[in-house]
Amino acid sequence: MKIVLNGEPREVEATTLSALLIEAGFSGRVATAVNEAFVPATLRDSHALADGDRVEIVAPMQGG
Amino acid sequence: MKQFYGTTLPNPLMLGTAQYPSPAILEQAFRDSGAGVATVSLRREGAGGTGQSFWQMIQSLGVHILPNTAGCHTVKEAVTTAHMAREVFDTKWIKLELIGHTDSLQPDVFQLVEAARILTDDGFQVFPYTTEDLIVAERLLEAGCEVLMPWGAPIGSGRGLNNEYALRAMRAEFPEVPLVVDAGIGLPSHAAHAMELGYDAVLLNTAVARAGDPVAMARAMMKGVEAGRLAYDADPIEARDMAEASTPVIGKAFLS
Repeated sequence: MKIVLNGEPREVEATTLSALLIEAGFSGRVATAVNEAFVPATLRDSHALADGDRVEIVAPMQGG
Repeated sequence: MKQFYGTTLPNPLMLGTAQYPSPAILEQAFRDSGAGVATVSLRREGAGGTGQSFWQMIQSLGVHILPNTAGCHTVKEAVTTAHMAREVFDTKWIKLELIGHTDSLQPDVFQLVEAARILTDDGFQVFPYTTEDLIVAERLLEAGCEVLMPWGAPIGSGRGLNNEYALRAMRAEFPEVPLVVDAGIGLPSHAAHAMELGYDAVLLNTAVARAGDPVAMARAMMKGVEAGRLAYDADPIEARDMAEASTPVIGKAFLS
């Protein structure tokens, strides 16, 4: 299906959020949101993706 | 020394982690200055996992971590960012920024109060980046904030304390609340100035990160906050208009 991952359109095989993380090569400390709503790590396995979902994957960065 | 949500800080310097010439210089600035709090953010992770090495370095510093909601313009955005930050950084602390104005990066205090209430109800310990307005400060305290962080001057401007009168009034109005001057500091004398007013800490980033020698400037900032705190505790004299001779007049030889 087609989703938007961190602002970039992308065709993916994954059907859940946790599968998407593996498919897209993310690991370690990240947080996720789908369609502008936070999805806690504990719910990623059960969070089904839908066509057109906007997924954000963020990680620790420098900040002031 | 006042506690920040039950935590006693080792010293009054909170240091940002952005804009340093290199991660090594950032790390050295923390180690050499001894700053006890590091502000951090969340940004989109690249495929290379750049956030992970940053996270490991920050953890190795052994400092308190204060994630921010920098760049958020709406309550929804800030609340979602705070939830993500709590999970990633494993802390209830959140430096709540709600930007209201593009040029001055002035906080949108109306949305700030609303977001502070939502996050406090959700178990967060909110450090609100606010203006020096006393009524906004009252509302933030009512919303559950136990710390206030008024700006000294716009973020990154290095102007020092733009409104000393108002910052002094805030200190007098809320004697028991931990107060932090956040943003606008350019020099150690500015940081000392905030501490001389009785503020409990200073949060700065650009002044150190963009200095020619960030490590030396971080150390200078620590000396600034320490000097300011010592001075405040030492009960400084009042300024006066006319001279008052410091050398005793009595016993002066009659020579004219």
